[in-house]
Amino acid sequence: MDLATFLIQCLNAVQYGLLLFLVASGLTLIFGIMGVINLAHGSFYMIGAYMAYALAPLVGATVGGGFFTTLALGLLLSIAFGYLLEWGFFSFLYEREHLQQVLMTYGLILVFEELRSILVGDDVHGVAAPDWLSGSVPLGDVMTYPTYRLFISAVCIAVALGLYIVLARTRLGMMIRAGASNREMVQAMGVNIKFLYRVVFAFGVALAVLAGMIAAPVSSVYPNMGGQVLIISFVVVVIGGIGSVRGALLASLLVGLVDTFGKVFFPEAAGVLVYLLMAIILLWKPEGLFRQG
Amino acid sequence: MNRRQVLAVTAALCAAVSALPAAAQQQPKLKVGLMLPYTGTFAALGNAIENGFKLYVQENGGKIGGREIEYFRVDDESDPAKATDNVGKLINRDKVDVVVGTVHSGVVMAMAKAARDTNTLLIVPNAGANAVTGPMCAPNIFRTSFSNWQSAYAAGVVAAERGHKKAVSITWKYAAGDEMALAFKEGFAKGGGTVIKELNLPFPGVEFQALLTEIASLKPDATFAFFAGGGAVKFVKDYAAAGLTKTVPLYGPGFLTDGTLEAQGEAAQGLLTTLHYADGLPNEKDKSFRLNYVKAYKLQPDVYAAQGYDAAQLLAAGLNGVKGDSSKRAEMIKAMESAKIDSPRGPFTLSKAHNPVHDIYLRKVEGGANKYQKVAVKALADPATGCKM
Repeated sequence: MDLATFLIQCLNAVQYGLLLFLVASGLTLIFGIMGVINLAHGSFYMIGAYMAYALAPLVGATVGGGFFTTLALGLLLSIAFGYLLEWGFFSFLYEREHLQQVLMTYGLILVFEELRSILVGDDVHGVAAPDWLSGSVPLGDVMTYPTYRLFISAVCIAVALGLYIVLARTRLGMMIRAGASNREMVQAMGVNIKFLYRVVFAFGVALAVLAGMIAAPVSSVYPNMGGQVLIISFVVVVIGGIGSVRGALLASLLVGLVDTFGKVFFPEAAGVLVYLLMAIILLWKPEGLFRQG
Repeated sequence: MNRRQVLAVTAALCAAVSALPAAAQQQPKLKVGLMLPYTGTFAALGNAIENGFKLYVQENGGKIGGREIEYFRVDDESDPAKATDNVGKLINRDKVDVVVGTVHSGVVMAMAKAARDTNTLLIVPNAGANAVTGPMCAPNIFRTSFSNWQSAYAAGVVAAERGHKKAVSITWKYAAGDEMALAFKEGFAKGGGTVIKELNLPFPGVEFQALLTEIASLKPDATFAFFAGGGAVKFVKDYAAAGLTKTVPLYGPGFLTDGTLEAQGEAAQGLLTTLHYADGLPNEKDKSFRLNYVKAYKLQPDVYAAQGYDAAQLLAAGLNGVKGDSSKRAEMIKAMESAKIDSPRGPFTLSKAHNPVHDIYLRKVEGGANKYQKVAVKALADPATGCKM
């Protein structure tokens, strides 16, 4: 492997890792801060992708299109959706056992998949990237790199920064972190913890939906697309340390690197390498790379 | 209803029931078990196969070989774990005369085993696992679709014919993927080409970027790819986005561009694939088949519908040979073996292992269609490796 190829592979790894982070960060927030094992998180990713597919023509017909308009509309819808979902289902789960959480969120997966099948059908669909991002950048002499993938990375980095600032530097972030470590105490200090959790959950959902929406043009939309993402996201969350956004970022990049170079150097073992990485890290640090925070 | 009425009705029912066998003595309905995916990723394929099968029956006045048909449907969900139970429902509970199915290669293996064990007649209208007409072959197992080997071997022949010397193959690491990659290698080698690297990734992963970079750095003359459904859409789009379509031409079996063209859009234009069916075939049978299919279902037929149609044709050939008497199994099988099926894909016969011997076409993606270019390999027969019959 020459240097140029190696660098392109590194770029692939980082790009894949950043997209993983976008899904996993929402999962780690919900899992770590609210203590709910949310198997339906992959479905939110799937819903996002299908939204990108279904909303684009709708937005095109009403306000003449616009990639960001579609994104914004999707995000608003998903926040409202997350808010309602927390109110209707998840708010009953906090005090319950993990088994019950798993059962209900697994049930939600089935419901969402069936709804998708009824509403949109089981066909594979493509989603077009906006024209101004559909070009590609030449890399080396045979290969080009699609601009849209670079755009995805940029969005992921922006979201990571935004999350860090909100969680570490704002009053809201302080309340969220406090709520994670001691729910009753925060309540006693006069913070409306129920509302706070609802907001966190809604944003967690929005992160997964955003990931689905911006990934749709490169991944296309197809049935059960959420399942694959869910498993790898859980790996990221566990490696990074449950509830740690910083850990999720590092873990996503690590998983991206292992997956990419694993496929190139050890194609026979590519399927297990990521899980091997998880096992090794858990042996070394049973709580993941970072403690919550 | 008072007691007298109940008695009267019961008596009438009894009379009707006892009269039934007498009326049906000459013409007992033929029990056809359709074991197909009606839900899940392959649902559309299952429905197309059933539509095709029923279209032939309809064209013949609702009968096959003079027998009326009674259908028993089981949704196999494309789940190999449930396959043995599902096929058991048709064979043991419904006692069907013939089982038609299925799409998924893993499910079909369980069906072939059950068919061998119980000596039930099985017609496979899609699943391409080589083994069905290889090690698992049996007098009572027939296939009207293809073997994985056939479609990929032809792609190898075409790639070599077009002057390529070095190729890379890429597919999912599972049975069908391995069979396709191996067959391509064989066809390509026959024309003097070599496969310099066989790339693969776990099924059904779709993160191709690392492997595309690998292809770019290897700089082969051509790439052979086998993916299906969502994976095929994403691979073709990623391949184009990586700028490889222009520098390293892409070849594949037809599944790479069948039923996925709407989603692949611009990225698939001009791709060359090989399959036993195509759009715009120069034969009359296909034209009338397409016309009738559209009339009956308000849908365009595809290769799966044609395979279902041929499954019914093959069954009809067998029954016609014994004047509808399916109990004469040996003669019926003989009639099926020697049948010449007037298929929408063009006429075909069956090999010794009961797999179609058919022309494989070279197709080119133009707009939303896989346009017929030419016959890639004439009357290609599967080698039926491992079949002892």
